[in-house]
Amino acid sequence: MTFIVTAVLVLGITGLVIGLVLYAVSRKFKVEEDPRVASIIDLLPGANCGGCGFPGCAAFAEACVKSESMDGLKCSACKKEVMQQVAAIAGHTVELGVEKIAVVKCSGSCENRPKTGVYDGASSCAAAALMNGGDTGCFWGCLGCGDCVKACKFDAIKMDPETGLPVVDQEKCTACGACVKACPRSVIELRNRNKMDRRVYVSCVNKDKGPVAKKACAVACIGCGKCVKACAFEAITLENNLAYIDTDKCRLCRKCVDECPQHSILAVNFPLRKEKSEPTDNN
Amino acid sequence: MNTFTIGGVHPEPNKLTADKKIETLGLPKQAVFPLSQHIGAPAVPCVQKGDTVRVGTRIAEPGGFMSASIHSSVSGKVAKIDTVVDASGLRKPAIFIDVEGDEWEPSIDRTDTLLLQNNLSREEIIEKIKNSGVVGMGGACFPTHVKLSPPKDCMIDTLIINAVECEPYLTADHRLMLEHPDEIIVGIKLILKVLGIDHAVIGVETNKQDAIELMNSKLSMVSGIEVMPLKMKYPQGGEKQLIEAVTGRQVPPPPALPANVGCVVQNVGTVYAIYEAVMKNKPLIERIVTVTGKSVKNPCNLKVRMGTPVSQLLEYAGGMPEDTGKLISGGPMMGRPLLDETALVVKGTSGILMIPESEAARREERNCIRCAKCVQACPMGLEPYLLATASESGDWECAEENWIMSCIECGCCQSTCPSRRPLLDWVRLAKNRVGGMIRARNAKN
Repeated sequence: MTFIVTAVLVLGITGLVIGLVLYAVSRKFKVEEDPRVASIIDLLPGANCGGCGFPGCAAFAEACVKSESMDGLKCSACKKEVMQQVAAIAGHTVELGVEKIAVVKCSGSCENRPKTGVYDGASSCAAAALMNGGDTGCFWGCLGCGDCVKACKFDAIKMDPETGLPVVDQEKCTACGACVKACPRSVIELRNRNKMDRRVYVSCVNKDKGPVAKKACAVACIGCGKCVKACAFEAITLENNLAYIDTDKCRLCRKCVDECPQHSILAVNFPLRKEKSEPTDNN
Repeated sequence: MNTFTIGGVHPEPNKLTADKKIETLGLPKQAVFPLSQHIGAPAVPCVQKGDTVRVGTRIAEPGGFMSASIHSSVSGKVAKIDTVVDASGLRKPAIFIDVEGDEWEPSIDRTDTLLLQNNLSREEIIEKIKNSGVVGMGGACFPTHVKLSPPKDCMIDTLIINAVECEPYLTADHRLMLEHPDEIIVGIKLILKVLGIDHAVIGVETNKQDAIELMNSKLSMVSGIEVMPLKMKYPQGGEKQLIEAVTGRQVPPPPALPANVGCVVQNVGTVYAIYEAVMKNKPLIERIVTVTGKSVKNPCNLKVRMGTPVSQLLEYAGGMPEDTGKLISGGPMMGRPLLDETALVVKGTSGILMIPESEAARREERNCIRCAKCVQACPMGLEPYLLATASESGDWECAEENWIMSCIECGCCQSTCPSRRPLLDWVRLAKNRVGGMIRARNAKN
């Protein structure tokens, strides 16, 4: 019986003493944290993707509270409304631009872009890009080893086993830009989401001259410039044998899509037109 | 018998062409000269479309200190300056020359007479080597004139001639020693004069017994140059491994150079090129290429003009065998796979190797079992499994801390791995990234 009493007393007193010490220390060395930081952290996604340029969500929250305005501070993973709430908590106002989404600018599926060799080295696009031009005739497009899939913290990119190309899940993509950085070929670009998630873009990054590009891939941009002439809004530029549609200038009229002889320009999430046969599920 | 102490492996030698005399390959229809055939800045073209060139005419000038000029190996007209897919598999700028006849620059001495003496000074010899576009013929293509001008504060005492040829299959250096021993000795004397020293060692592996005997008999009357037979082990032809095998000295990790331990290493092919450049005024326009493979009909050693397409070499050797799984430029350990036979012979092409499909395909990769065979095999004393894992997870700092820049990419780790992990692929990736980081850091400071 005395054992138990002694044990309870000893442990109880030890606990009490330590508790008091801890209390005293915590009062003396208390860190004043802005309560706003905690509430901003609660709003942020907590993936610590680094898309904002800060080491993690907590650092971003702190920066929001400390800075004078929201200039240059943007969580790429958050929706507009969330960013407005964050700004409100931090005491700033925010003008938000258009929301973006990652777009894979390559249609070089196995069918369109026949294999010219076998790459059996380390399964990493970065390593493959270093080895040689890859296992197809196109030295510009997707290498298909899935570095973007590994880079995505939001599970928004998957490899399509049939085409061998990555597919972006438009619900999950937060446009944090991790995949853009991971891709050694710069195939992925952040483009405006637009109304109804409609997008028109050149799905090719091949800068080779027309005949070379066409030989390597059936749907390669050959730099013919027809789309440039077709565009009424001066949104399309042609540089190094490759057309590029400025995502801010494009008005989604789809004239260029009809004009492209190579079917390299894709229009996604548009309702089907009677004469158009473009696939609409290709992000 | 001497060899290096750390790591190393013993691949099958497979020297199928050791007894095959060097044959001369005919002229190509069109010769193509990529502008970056060497380490350093690409050369800058000094001809234009439509210009007429002769054999030995300089067509591109060095693009900087660390660069080399390029000479036409054929006579004819410059067809265009365009891009071409080179051995690295990437599209690079190149000069295309349509061949017409075979007219040589008059300054080149085309006779076989052996020239023993000249009165050129040290600077004149280096200038001649530089103007002839000579680069290291072992495969790395380091501009030779840079290597022959070691930093002033280094005391050089030994010239090492690399005649090891430890890569399986290749026999270009072996044949060169058997057929041109006198020229090589004159070349060595020239380099000794440039370096201002009087001691040279030719390192040869014991599988080339005939070459060792021949060189020994030729050198019996010459003082200062000796032949050192070395125990067979890959990668003995690596610069740092050879220095250790011959002198017992270890080169410290980068940025230290062989010159820091008093050595300069030159490949035996380079020595021959130096002889031709200095004594015969002949720029680097030809090289010996071993065309080989287990199922090749007529494996051979060919003297080939630079810029010749590989397809022509294959044709000479009896065509590409049907069971070919991989076409490689260089040896099986360090060579680079070629996309197809349109690739070109450049200054660094020591061999064209065709590997049967059954041997070429990599087997399924498994998990690392921590057997440390790669650590045992690494001739630089690195930990390849650790470097590969760091690279896989993108931890470049860890790779740098573990001396990744010391890696010589010899492939010993990958060839011994029982789990068939692509260790070298990962290490190369990390080396590339860490190299970029270091350059960025240096540029900032």
